[in-house]
Amino acid sequence: MKRHLISAADLSRADALLILDTAEELASLADRPIKKLPTLRGRTVVNLFYEDSTRTRISFEAAAKRLSADVINFSAKGSSVAKGESLKDTALTLEAMGADAVVIRHGASGAAHRLAGWVQGSVLNAGDGTHEHPTQALLDAFTIRRRLKGTGARGAALDGLRVTIVGDVLHSRVARSNVLLLSTLGAEVTLAAPPTLLPLAVGSWPCEVSYDLDSELPKSDVVMMLRVQQERMNAAYFPSVREYSRRYGLDAARMARLPGHAIVMHPGPMNRGVEIAAEVADSVRSTIVEQVANGVTTRMAALYLLLGGMEFPATEVAQ
Amino acid sequence: MTDSGPVTDNGSWLIKGVTILASGQQGDEPTSILIDGGSVTAIGPDLDHPGARTLDAGGLIALPGLVDLHTHLREPGREDAETVETGTAAAALGGYAAVHAMANTDPVADTAGVVEQVWRLGRTAGHCDVQPVGAVTVGLGGARLAELGTMADSAARVRVFSDDGRCVSDPLLMRRALEYVKAFDGVIAQHAQDPRLTEGAQLNEGEMSARLGLAGWPAVAEEAVIARDCLLAAHVGSALHVCHVSTAGSAEIIRWAKSKGWRVTAEVTPHHLLLTDELAAGYDPVFKVNPPLRTEADVAELRRALADGTIDCVATDHAPHPVEAKESEWAEAAFGMTGLETALRVVQRAMVDTGLLDWAGVADRMSVRPARIGRLTGHGIPPAAPAEAVTTAGASKSRNTPFAGMELPGRVVATFLRGVPTVLDGKLA
Repeated sequence: MKRHLISAADLSRADALLILDTAEELASLADRPIKKLPTLRGRTVVNLFYEDSTRTRISFEAAAKRLSADVINFSAKGSSVAKGESLKDTALTLEAMGADAVVIRHGASGAAHRLAGWVQGSVLNAGDGTHEHPTQALLDAFTIRRRLKGTGARGAALDGLRVTIVGDVLHSRVARSNVLLLSTLGAEVTLAAPPTLLPLAVGSWPCEVSYDLDSELPKSDVVMMLRVQQERMNAAYFPSVREYSRRYGLDAARMARLPGHAIVMHPGPMNRGVEIAAEVADSVRSTIVEQVANGVTTRMAALYLLLGGMEFPATEVAQ
Repeated sequence: MTDSGPVTDNGSWLIKGVTILASGQQGDEPTSILIDGGSVTAIGPDLDHPGARTLDAGGLIALPGLVDLHTHLREPGREDAETVETGTAAAALGGYAAVHAMANTDPVADTAGVVEQVWRLGRTAGHCDVQPVGAVTVGLGGARLAELGTMADSAARVRVFSDDGRCVSDPLLMRRALEYVKAFDGVIAQHAQDPRLTEGAQLNEGEMSARLGLAGWPAVAEEAVIARDCLLAAHVGSALHVCHVSTAGSAEIIRWAKSKGWRVTAEVTPHHLLLTDELAAGYDPVFKVNPPLRTEADVAELRRALADGTIDCVATDHAPHPVEAKESEWAEAAFGMTGLETALRVVQRAMVDTGLLDWAGVADRMSVRPARIGRLTGHGIPPAAPAEAVTTAGASKSRNTPFAGMELPGRVVATFLRGVPTVLDGKLA
């Protein structure tokens, strides 16, 4: 595996399966009375969050702590030089503190990429602008595999599964990472969205594209709903929130068109009544709460493999 | 390379063994050029001039001093990025004898006072001529015409007006500007960028922007403005110059406008002749520029359009920035690249080494035509500067070059300005 996890494209099929299988291994830990492993004792993991994201930050924090790493939370809102310290200077500061891994969430696409050029430790991208969010894709793949193939599905990929991702693909880092990872794992991905919310060059992506959600539902094993961001609602991407919801929202009637085994996913936070109806979000098909739990396990696996695989410092070996 | 023998006549230089491919005439035969009293007085194989300093230019090529229609010298206001002194030194090292200084300084060059200040700073620096460009609108605000006539009548004799960095997007204001400058043979140099289509735009809209999650910058945002401006220029019978053409579609529109006989000229930057948006893959903002780097197909078409004369000239859009403006996230970083010191080498690689343009063509596109478009007298008259093509030792204050680490052919050995060397042996004279 590479030293950093910045894009889902960094992961080969073997890498991705190794993470999923390791996550499955670590999941059994959750049933034990003591949930902690000593694997990353003495290692420092910095959570560098330029955007508010309690969900993702807590998930990474719990993952690092269960592996006995020391966790430093560094919340820095507003990234411009005018507002304060530059990303590079922050990186040098973290470097001086001896961070073994930096988990970064940032509003600018490519921020994780840039950070990796300035620090020695591993960089884990926890979402950069409208680029990628690879651990979200990993936890989604893990969730899909567990639900549709069972917990004993180690070594299994997602070959032949049909995944439909619905909504604002253009601005979605979750969609970008999922298209890459799920196709690496053999799934057949279809993006369903109004044309305004798809990149013009989406034809170069390893997936199919549809403007018609209803025609995709009967053949979907997985439907993944994306959040409609508040700032898109009045920017001419669609005429009105109600029309969007009518055409691309997942309500009970649409859910009824899914095959019996199909699951409904959402990375959260949800706009109930916009992209997803309450009765769908709370239905048995919904994996939304599981996704949160699986997030911790998957991130543990990623940290374990990125950091645990590295050699210990010479001093530690001498002792 | 320079003869350091006794000098009795400071004003005269004999450049020996040089090949003049710039005159447009046949003949690859090495010859000699005699420069006396500030100009070329004789060309021939057996020239001799007692007391003249000699420059052994065997194997070198003589071009007329280059003229840049599009330079950001940053002074006044951003002397941390560049000054007239350092920018013109970079220009001389790149083979330039004249540069047009863009108006987006602080304060903006929208009054006679500011353009005269820049013009005077250029004369003091002495590395090359500095021809200030005046802003079209007050403060580049796009709302009210600046005092174009007063700038034209000033000591700086401004003829090229541009809000470069911003587009004069209001069609009525653009019409009036084009119309108004007819009174003094002016030209409006438009930075063609529809502001609404490029809100927050970061990178050419295409496969790369989709993959990298960077807001797309559609080609149509440039092409639609160019098409409108060509029609406006035709309607009022005025001269339009299109800055930094970056797309295949723009070249096609300009070719069409020229076929109608309309007074439209255009420039392309060295970086748009060589680099593509693929380079943004690492999110290094050194490749962030306005207009953005486009695709392989665009590069090929821009080269073709420069070769067939649809695009009149190469202009650098030399845009120096301090280190911190580029050491950041992509979206935070400043737009722009340096270019004066690398332009000729990039053109050699993109146009000459590919067989698209000969050296006479280079002289035409980098000296003769830009001098004509910029209404510069005393420039673009071949031959004046012996050059093999730019230097590595930088004079610009800034280092935001996208060509770092790239193998480029040629180098500028010497540059002459009105008979006086500004560069010798690749160093400032």
